[in-house]
Amino acid sequence: MASGIKDKVAILGMGCSKFGERWNDNAEDLMIEAFVEALEDAGIEKSQIEAAWFGTAIEEEHVGKSAVPLSMALRLPNIPVSRVENYCASGSEAFRGAVYAVASGACDIALALGVEKLKDTGYGGLPQRNRGSINDMYWANASAPGSFAQLASAYSAKHGVSKEDMKKAMAHISVKSHDNGSRNPKAHLRNKITEEKVMNAPMIAEPLGLFDCCGVSDGSACAIVTTPEIAKALGKTDLITVKAMQLAASNGTEAQHNSWDGSHFVTTRAAANRAYNEAGITKPRDQISMFEVHDCFSITELVTMEDLFISEEGTAVTDVMNGFYDADGQIPCQIDGGLKCFGHPIGASGIRMIYEMYLQMQGRAGERQREEDPVFGMTHNLGGFPHQNVCSLTIVGKEGA
Amino acid sequence: MDVGLLAYGGYIPQSRLQRSEIAKAHTWFNPGLGGLAKGERAMANWDEDSVTMAVEAARDCLGDLDRDGISAVYMASTSFPFEDRQNAGIVADALNLKSGLQTIDFASSQRAGSAGLSVALQVAKGGGNPILYTTAEKRQTKAASPLEFTSGDGAAAFLVGQGKVIAKLIGNHTEAVDFVDHFRGEGQSYDYNWEERWVRDEGYMKIVPAAISALLEQTGVDASTISTFCFPVAARNVAGGIAKKMGLPESSVADNLQSNCGETGTAHSMVMLAHALEQSSPGDKILVASFGQGCDALLFEVTDEIKSLPARKGISGYLARRHAETNYNKFLAFHNLVNLERGIRAETDKKTGLTTLYRNKSMAQGMIGGKCSQCGTAQFPKSNMCVNENCGAVGTQEDYPFADRVAKVNSFTADRLTYSPDPPAYYGMIQFEEGGRLMSDFTDIAPDAEVEVGMTMRMMFRIKDYDDKRGFRRYFWKATPVDAANKGE
Repeated sequence: MASGIKDKVAILGMGCSKFGERWNDNAEDLMIEAFVEALEDAGIEKSQIEAAWFGTAIEEEHVGKSAVPLSMALRLPNIPVSRVENYCASGSEAFRGAVYAVASGACDIALALGVEKLKDTGYGGLPQRNRGSINDMYWANASAPGSFAQLASAYSAKHGVSKEDMKKAMAHISVKSHDNGSRNPKAHLRNKITEEKVMNAPMIAEPLGLFDCCGVSDGSACAIVTTPEIAKALGKTDLITVKAMQLAASNGTEAQHNSWDGSHFVTTRAAANRAYNEAGITKPRDQISMFEVHDCFSITELVTMEDLFISEEGTAVTDVMNGFYDADGQIPCQIDGGLKCFGHPIGASGIRMIYEMYLQMQGRAGERQREEDPVFGMTHNLGGFPHQNVCSLTIVGKEGA
Repeated sequence: MDVGLLAYGGYIPQSRLQRSEIAKAHTWFNPGLGGLAKGERAMANWDEDSVTMAVEAARDCLGDLDRDGISAVYMASTSFPFEDRQNAGIVADALNLKSGLQTIDFASSQRAGSAGLSVALQVAKGGGNPILYTTAEKRQTKAASPLEFTSGDGAAAFLVGQGKVIAKLIGNHTEAVDFVDHFRGEGQSYDYNWEERWVRDEGYMKIVPAAISALLEQTGVDASTISTFCFPVAARNVAGGIAKKMGLPESSVADNLQSNCGETGTAHSMVMLAHALEQSSPGDKILVASFGQGCDALLFEVTDEIKSLPARKGISGYLARRHAETNYNKFLAFHNLVNLERGIRAETDKKTGLTTLYRNKSMAQGMIGGKCSQCGTAQFPKSNMCVNENCGAVGTQEDYPFADRVAKVNSFTADRLTYSPDPPAYYGMIQFEEGGRLMSDFTDIAPDAEVEVGMTMRMMFRIKDYDDKRGFRRYFWKATPVDAANKGE
């Protein structure tokens, strides 16, 4: 029986670029920005990094294929570098690669870096692109908002929640995230918004309006990981360790088998059970201190809080409206502003989420620092569509917790 | 044994463009168009062409009939989507017909619609299995042309053969006259028309009577016994004038559907024939004539078998499935008659790998999925491993057609972000009642339609994507509400 990843790997240093419309920077510039911060934070030399993982998804819009762009941007000394792509979990996958490498003993110090340049398309929203030569023959003409919007219609139908109540809860989620983002200097969108503004915004994909959708940004984030022993030897105290890393990929059941009702994420539930088990967490609603979930759309966050077993099925609307997930609520969700305010430079997002957990646990989150000392932080990425996706979960926490 | 029609079917697109809206746009330029401003014309959706309409008419015609018994598919049109790729072959493929099949396209004349049927009937005289005959038209017309007002889009289909015919062929005759009332030369998109008065006096009123006279003489049928006279010309009083000249009863002159459909080009004589059959009784004599470089005249007698023909939508059913379109700009956009800013999202390359298409043809054109012979789970697309998590058997998938099955909506959206020629793009998860599901594009969702979870949908054969760079288009199936489709039945 495998013992899992818990406490085998510690975060040595992290960095995160400013997210936003980085009109004057190439992906390489963003990578360097995140890397320099991480390396300084880690307090090591570049030459001590033994392997690297590079996460990016829509490489044709910026760096092109392979891991070479990372190796060249950072002038890495011919170490092994791998490029990973797994939809919106690409950043988390880079992190997983580095963490697993250290845990296996294959190397002492490893790097994960994610980047994406999404603002060179000439229009708003994610790039419109082909989905594979066979898929293009029969897949619906679906955008990301249109795919996720359907969660709302299925959820409403299943739980008997009126369209108005759904829309209000979704609005609360976005208002909350903008409040949080307004306190984060690295966030792309730093304006506060009102429920009224959300409710009256132009429709993107029914029932998702403009403010139900996350921003589209350029950005990069970076993590350097090692073993707790080496971290301590390097003089680090109060370590933040990896408690769990789980991934679940759809197998066609949701897309092709009539057992799924469209109101939740099959993969998130599967990965969550495994992640809590790996981290030794038995009562997540009581034990997890904060979440960074994949709020690509407000409805995704709402449904996800049930799939992570925090809100009971059918009750997320109530929890959301009660402020349970607000910055000063029981369990803050997107205390950094989330995808909503950071935008979603695909390869960077997963690592950006861990970065916030890392800052909060070290008491370095500035204005938005949670008063109550966080113990376990959980991040969640959801890549693809509700009916066929990958879900990546990471739990980090204080060493020994 | 009697030769004739074994079944009929029809198809008219859902949208009916109000002619008053076309007139509003153009009478400043040509006040004479105001006289055509009455009624409405059938307007194909952006994802329809003559092939997709022919498929729908053919499905209406065939119903539950065994398709393996079909020996040939003929299709007539002057608006084929492909100049070199057999269009009848696409129709046959969408219908999942066997490959041991004769397929032929008829083109190049407004008389092609009736000529194709004449040939099919001639072939049927020699025996053999029935022929599926389809004809459809989506005519390209210039903005502010009279044809833009009087044309409509539509299709008809007939099963032609021997035996239990619903309408027996009594006789047919063709006059071939190179009378050029209009033409469309090589590489041209639009027709060039000559003066209507000349066409009427020297064309319709002389060539058509010659064909009808010859037919009546040959068959020994008295003109006064004709029950229905189908003559597809938009101009008023032409059919009536011919009837009078020929001694056909005044009451026999069939509605040319000008008020609620428009003239469906080369398909229109056949659309009118299908419409006439819907309203006919055993013993009725139906005379169909059509004009174009001469005239075809065909005479049928309706038999008792028509009473046992299963119900179908037909032309009347599809005319009742109607949305009144008041946005003429949409028509202009669908026909590329205006240089619309479609946005950068529209630039995505829609190239189709012909190897990929051929390998996946039964999935992409026939909507054939799979059914596991071990656990009975249906799935789309078919794969070599069963999707049922409790089964997962390898190599157990048997062909399982989905196109004619109904499904219920599980979830849906109306998407204004993704590029669609007719935003918002509606799509959603549909679940087939006997198993299987698909995240499917929806089509023919009228602006005032309410889409709901649980709604019943049926599939329609449509254009999935246009590859304008290479002049290709790929087809697939889309879901449309059943209730709307049944309205008026």
